[in-house]
Amino acid sequence: MKFIELKNVYKVYQNGVTALVDTNLTIGKGEFVFIIGNSGSGKSSLVKLLYREERPTKGEVYVGGINVAKLRNSSVYKLRRKIGVVFQDFKLLPKLTVYENVAFGLESIGTKSDEIRTKVLKALEHVGLKDKVRAFPNQLSGGEQQRVCIARAIVNNPKVLICDEPTGDLDPGLSLEIVKLLETINKELKTTIIMATHDKQIVDKMKKRVIAIENGVVVYDQEKGKYYESDKSNN
Amino acid sequence: MRAIRVIIRNIRDAFKSVFRNFSLSFASITCSAITLLLVAIALIISFNVNYLTKQYENELTIVAYLFHDTNEEQIKEYDALLKENKNIVEYKYKSKEDWKKECQDDSQILLNALDSLSYNPLLDSYTIKVDDIKNMKKVADYVGNSDYVESVDYNEGLVEKIAVIFDIVEKVSIILVIALLVVTAFLIGNTIKLTIFSRKTEIEIMRLVGTSNIVIKLPFLFEGFILGVLGSIIPIIIMIYGYLILYDRTNGYIYSNVIKMVKPFPFIFYASLFVLVLGALMGMISSIRAVRKYLKI
Repeated sequence: MKFIELKNVYKVYQNGVTALVDTNLTIGKGEFVFIIGNSGSGKSSLVKLLYREERPTKGEVYVGGINVAKLRNSSVYKLRRKIGVVFQDFKLLPKLTVYENVAFGLESIGTKSDEIRTKVLKALEHVGLKDKVRAFPNQLSGGEQQRVCIARAIVNNPKVLICDEPTGDLDPGLSLEIVKLLETINKELKTTIIMATHDKQIVDKMKKRVIAIENGVVVYDQEKGKYYESDKSNN
Repeated sequence: MRAIRVIIRNIRDAFKSVFRNFSLSFASITCSAITLLLVAIALIISFNVNYLTKQYENELTIVAYLFHDTNEEQIKEYDALLKENKNIVEYKYKSKEDWKKECQDDSQILLNALDSLSYNPLLDSYTIKVDDIKNMKKVADYVGNSDYVESVDYNEGLVEKIAVIFDIVEKVSIILVIALLVVTAFLIGNTIKLTIFSRKTEIEIMRLVGTSNIVIKLPFLFEGFILGVLGSIIPIIIMIYGYLILYDRTNGYIYSNVIKMVKPFPFIFYASLFVLVLGALMGMISSIRAVRKYLKI
């Protein structure tokens, strides 16, 4: 069952840089997909198209039945409520506690306070941080901060979780922990997970679907794939 | 319900933001307070001037004295002449006997002096009301341009001069107030701009979790509104008390009986309301401008 679909997508930035060329992709509901590629390969652009941070220059992008390419600025929020996003740099609010950080989004969309409480505690339980509700981000380790970020992303039960280099700032041990957590979320909550990364070890260990992008073109797409390294295979 | 919760949250956020950037908010509030105080003063002056000119306009009268030997036939002829002029609203004949009677009521000495004469030295007269202060001179020339008129009497120049002076005061204060309004609007806009920048991550996260654009923008509008309203409180207090004290001290008259002030109630409440609304509008308009310019979503 298709959940995400890219049809002949081109992305050319205003400064002339071409990020994606004639990209076609489908990702099913409940899948766990790695998107890999070197810096500047276009993987970040691809991810940004999915949560409508960027618009494709040409082509169509469907996420959960919504044509993201045609979505007006004023309607983007409708898409975002169905999507969770996790970043490399966490983007937590330093003056708010863990609880408040996770609750922030729900509050801003006007959820009832008792509903917020239930949802936030449930999300924090999923990421194993229920005992840190009152801590501030600077009192947490990098791995814990990223978990708060994941809790914030899943708190509204999104259908898809988009992770843009979530382990980029973490050491290998913690990275694996985070990805395992994402796998659990994928299994338990049936959330589709798309993770952009260039962490070879993780990709190889997880044995998930791997999509490799090079110079804006999908060069490799394999179920239970490994990290794709074109340079090495050429040598 | 959801909308109410969102609005309450936004108002709370706006208040928080005002106090978080207190030094900047304070500058904006002070600036709008000064501006609005000047607005209040200009408002009071302008209302009083209007009131005053109306008062004077009610008393825009010309008195034309007829020659001593004018007979009834000639008076009738003159009467017809006055009737023809469209700028004359009303005119009233007063004979020398009427004048004498009035003098009698005023002063016994004067009456004695008049009685000692063998004839009445006073003159028949016409009291003429003019429709507009601007037509005073024209009408005075018209009524004076008759063989039967000995002299014409009116406050030549005085009323016009007062009107001209007040007109200038009004115009200058309006220009000053507009200039200050612009400066204050910029200051409030700048405060909002800095709030937007300081809440960049917050805004980014709000967008990511699916907060609609209008809800993201609302707190900034509320903040501008709050700054404007807070800025209007001090001028309103000063205006109410200042005007009441001034009215009380002077019994409503400045320069003896020349300038009569507008009664404080309900005038002062309307003026306060105006200042409050102006403050709130100014705050909101400048924050809308800042949001449009700096909040790209």
